[in-house]
Amino acid sequence: MSQPTSLATRNQALPGPFAELGRERRLRLDCGVELGPFTMAYQTYGRLNEARSNAILVCHALTGDQYLTGENPVTHKEGWWHEVVGPGLPLDTERYFVICANVIGGCMGTIGPKEINPQSGKPWGLGFPVITVADMVRAQLLLLDSLGIEKVFCVIGGSMGGMQVLDFASRHPERVFAAVPVAAAARHTAQNIAFHEVGRQAIMADPDWCGGDYYAHGKVPSRGLAVARMAAHITYLSEAALHRKFGRRLQDREAVTYGFDADFEVESYLRYQGSSFVERFDANSYLYITRAMDYFDLAAEHDGVLAKAFTNTPVRFCVMSFTSDWLFPTSESREVVRALNGVAADVSFVEIESDKGHDAFLLDEPEFWSTLSGFLTGSAEILGLRTP
Amino acid sequence: MNPLDAAGAPRAAKIRADLQVIADMIESGARVLDVGCGDGALLSYLVTFKQVKGAGIELSQSGVNASVGFGLSVIQGDADADLADYPDGAFDYVILSQTLPATRDPRRVLGHLVRIGKRAVVSFPNAGHWQMRWRLLTSGRMPITEALPQAWYETPNIHLCTIKDFLSLCDENGITVERFLPLDGRGRPKRSTSLARANLFCQHGMFLLSR
Repeated sequence: MSQPTSLATRNQALPGPFAELGRERRLRLDCGVELGPFTMAYQTYGRLNEARSNAILVCHALTGDQYLTGENPVTHKEGWWHEVVGPGLPLDTERYFVICANVIGGCMGTIGPKEINPQSGKPWGLGFPVITVADMVRAQLLLLDSLGIEKVFCVIGGSMGGMQVLDFASRHPERVFAAVPVAAAARHTAQNIAFHEVGRQAIMADPDWCGGDYYAHGKVPSRGLAVARMAAHITYLSEAALHRKFGRRLQDREAVTYGFDADFEVESYLRYQGSSFVERFDANSYLYITRAMDYFDLAAEHDGVLAKAFTNTPVRFCVMSFTSDWLFPTSESREVVRALNGVAADVSFVEIESDKGHDAFLLDEPEFWSTLSGFLTGSAEILGLRTP
Repeated sequence: MNPLDAAGAPRAAKIRADLQVIADMIESGARVLDVGCGDGALLSYLVTFKQVKGAGIELSQSGVNASVGFGLSVIQGDADADLADYPDGAFDYVILSQTLPATRDPRRVLGHLVRIGKRAVVSFPNAGHWQMRWRLLTSGRMPITEALPQAWYETPNIHLCTIKDFLSLCDENGITVERFLPLDGRGRPKRSTSLARANLFCQHGMFLLSR
């Protein structure tokens, strides 16, 4: 199979910029390991104003990356938030300086299990330290330091990105004015951990995983990773969305074949999702990042009282959820809102009507966009933000 | 309307008469929570003209979206479910305008209002108004009036009360009535009057409460 080389070559050729971080002061991870110096790949859109006050940090989700808009150099498709980031769009690049970095543990140019460990000269593999959402945020703060940005105007993200937003606002409130966690939660639920475990077991059960050392064997655990993606993909949709998209329609055939071929359109779709994911994502990264999400529980270190994670917070919050999202349901967002109300924080909360499931934050949702742009514009007004 | 153009800007210098009465009661710079804030008309007026630090709770998604889109801090929720979360004294004023009869547990809601607000402003349609009494007496059917314009099967009001009822509830729960403002059917202020007369002749009552 030629995938290992092709994936590696492609990523080496990724368009920058790349920041070298943790040189003077290494990044101390929650697991106790110190990381540094390390590379972080990121993208910026728009211009930083003179006061360096118009930066918006976008935190990407589990399998997202730093390419918000324009052509993604790996998939050759439009960036994952091209409908949200750009001139005149909610994250208006004529007003704001938008930054998005590939998280640590990722596989799009930032340090992660498929990158070379300088000590061994080989890919980290399972030697890579286990990371947490808090570690991802700390790494992004180092990036902000390197860009000379003391305080971001807003930090925003959906799903795991929203977890980073909550962690950022809780731990580093002095470095952010407004926070927008979308389709997120302050903890990963047992159900979500269970789904992740299915995905990880699928990867690890693939003989090509080679105990995590598939790079050395010139292999890729494609089948395992594809199954992981297929299972996860179902959780990103809703019953209604699946029904609308596929129903029980058959794939290029008039009748069922009495076999295990992809008779149904939905099967064919999932298989495609699985196989195209393998082309762009590293299996070990998938293990590490899902683990980081599983470990996330913001209340845990505050005696189980989420409100304490936000005591006296000066941050202006806008929490958003989607009605048909059963992976990060509205009830989880409401827990966050209740905690913020408990400390009389400045918080807005909107549940957007949508049948698109968890993925709604990535899709065409005009209500979501108008609320988002209204919140940002209102926040910019309160802050007296100057456009560049 | 593009929210980009309008966020933070006053939408109207003129608001509904009863909202104007509330607005006039509130000092500049106060911390205000508007429970059932609708599309945020009162809040945006208060933010613009009285520089209050405003927050709102609203049940309808369209109302919340409009408000947040205009730069207000509003959560989707309702008085019964969400007031319990706020800490004591979090606001200078908590406003509950025309919403009390629609709550499931008005007594509990009132308790929260004066707990989380140093003061609470509560207004509601008076079911003791003479037109209500007269129509029920003469027609034998649920009255429809200017203050209560919906038929029994479509009204959101499940706990209607008279001004007298309300005052005795406050009394039983140790809530102080600091001010009473009689209003007409359109929510415009009426000449001050005795409470007994108000119970018969005012279509709306507005109260400033504290614990």
